[in-house]
Amino acid sequence: MKDQRNLQLTRRDVLLSAVTAALPMVAGAAQAETIRSVTDVRKLPLTLRVNGKDRELELDPRTTLLDSLQEHLHLSGTKKGCDHGQCGACTVLVNGVRINSCLSLAVMHDGDSITTIEGLGTPDNLHPMQAAFIKHDGYQCGYCTPGQICSAVAVLNEIKAGIPSHATGDLTGSPETSNVEMRERMSGNICRCGAYSNIAEAMAEVARSPA
Amino acid sequence: MREFTYERATSTLDAARIVTQLKGAKFIAGGTNLLDLMKLEIETPSHLVDLQDLGLDRIEETAEGGLRIGATVTNTRLASDPRVRRGYGVLARAIVAGASGQLRNKATTGGNLLQRTRCPYFYDTNQACNKRMPGSGCAAIAGVSRQLAVIGGSADCIATNPGDMAVALRALDALVETVRLDGQTRAIAIADFHRLPGATPHVETALEPGELITAVTLPPPIGGRHFYQKVRDRASYAFALVSVAAVIHENGSGRVAVGGIAPKPWRLEVAEAALPRGAGAVADALMNGAQPTHDNAFKVPLVERTLAYVMAQAKG
Repeated sequence: MKDQRNLQLTRRDVLLSAVTAALPMVAGAAQAETIRSVTDVRKLPLTLRVNGKDRELELDPRTTLLDSLQEHLHLSGTKKGCDHGQCGACTVLVNGVRINSCLSLAVMHDGDSITTIEGLGTPDNLHPMQAAFIKHDGYQCGYCTPGQICSAVAVLNEIKAGIPSHATGDLTGSPETSNVEMRERMSGNICRCGAYSNIAEAMAEVARSPA
Repeated sequence: MREFTYERATSTLDAARIVTQLKGAKFIAGGTNLLDLMKLEIETPSHLVDLQDLGLDRIEETAEGGLRIGATVTNTRLASDPRVRRGYGVLARAIVAGASGQLRNKATTGGNLLQRTRCPYFYDTNQACNKRMPGSGCAAIAGVSRQLAVIGGSADCIATNPGDMAVALRALDALVETVRLDGQTRAIAIADFHRLPGATPHVETALEPGELITAVTLPPPIGGRHFYQKVRDRASYAFALVSVAAVIHENGSGRVAVGGIAPKPWRLEVAEAALPRGAGAVADALMNGAQPTHDNAFKVPLVERTLAYVMAQAKG
């Protein structure tokens, strides 16, 4: 990632030299050259380790982590719902931690390990949480499901790691995998079909099974 | 989103220098609020300076027995730290009462203090808003104002500070540590960090342009029982209508800061002196001078009731 900084500095140098080179020309041409250069935002190189594989990309810095997965790596499992961090459909794991991929820039994740729904399991080898969602009917239309499952996997890890939630009674104790804990922790994943109670059942089953 | 360039800062001074000197440059930490606003083109930085490589992600004990929380420590890490859960329960409780698990995993301590209001008129670029466009007016005052401020606002702005963490930090008398491009550091009392709107609602904090938050420090734990009671429209994942951060001691004395009602965490030490006389006396002092709208007048009695609930729990 250190390279990017150099690249940025290089770009400034390039802009300066562009202006300098334009000086002998008529003033209007010099101005046009400068404006064109400033709006020409360069793509930045980065590497994302996605589902265990290094993927090299060159992206406009505006590209969100979500769009890098969907539009550039063609992993369509991660979904764009609200695109503002309110619905949770874009939830992925970054270095094992769940985040909203729509509210993060891909360039902020150079070198990070990303796990999407495609990396959790495959049709032939389902992740236990995927199997439990099927068994308990934890979805209807399915659009929010990849985010729900990524979030659910992370929630059980968070409880195991002792991370407290709003539903945790004793802050100094260990949180439990109770229904109220799981519902609170899943509140950042909206399901407009209303599969919440079945999602909680699926999570409870995975929480009960030996790791 | 408008175009911008991006770089990762290699030192705090470097970061402060770039953002001070380069017009339109901004710091980015977690980005959960900034990117939301950039998508709506309410924020339009020309250059982003990423703070993730600066080593500001540590929580250390201070010589005085308090904690120094690096600016890029995430909300989740802060609320999970055993020292915070043990000695500063009100802070852990406030953090987990806010946002969602995903957002708390990314949102940072410094960024949380700088999050912008969720006033719907600030978010709607078709509406007048003195915060978003100074001098354009305030559509909120005569608009739908149920969520908005009942005290501390002005004729130019009635936006609330939406935070939970900052309300607890106010009750704990935290300090906000900063650095400027000349290398000068200072510690700003949390009470002075957020500004009341007055005639300049777009000036929200005491920070100077390019001044970088490096840490938040907490004094040594003060004991007592810690509460963060948040009243909102949903059971989870919603901003506060009213929230009460309180530390109550066995003898009935304590500290109370209120969120959701003002442009900054609302605490008056003089109101705390009334704690032994009950929630009504505290709320009367705390809410003296309130100017609610038709829509949000309910918040004034709600402050007293939320406080009464907390004080009943403290006795139980």
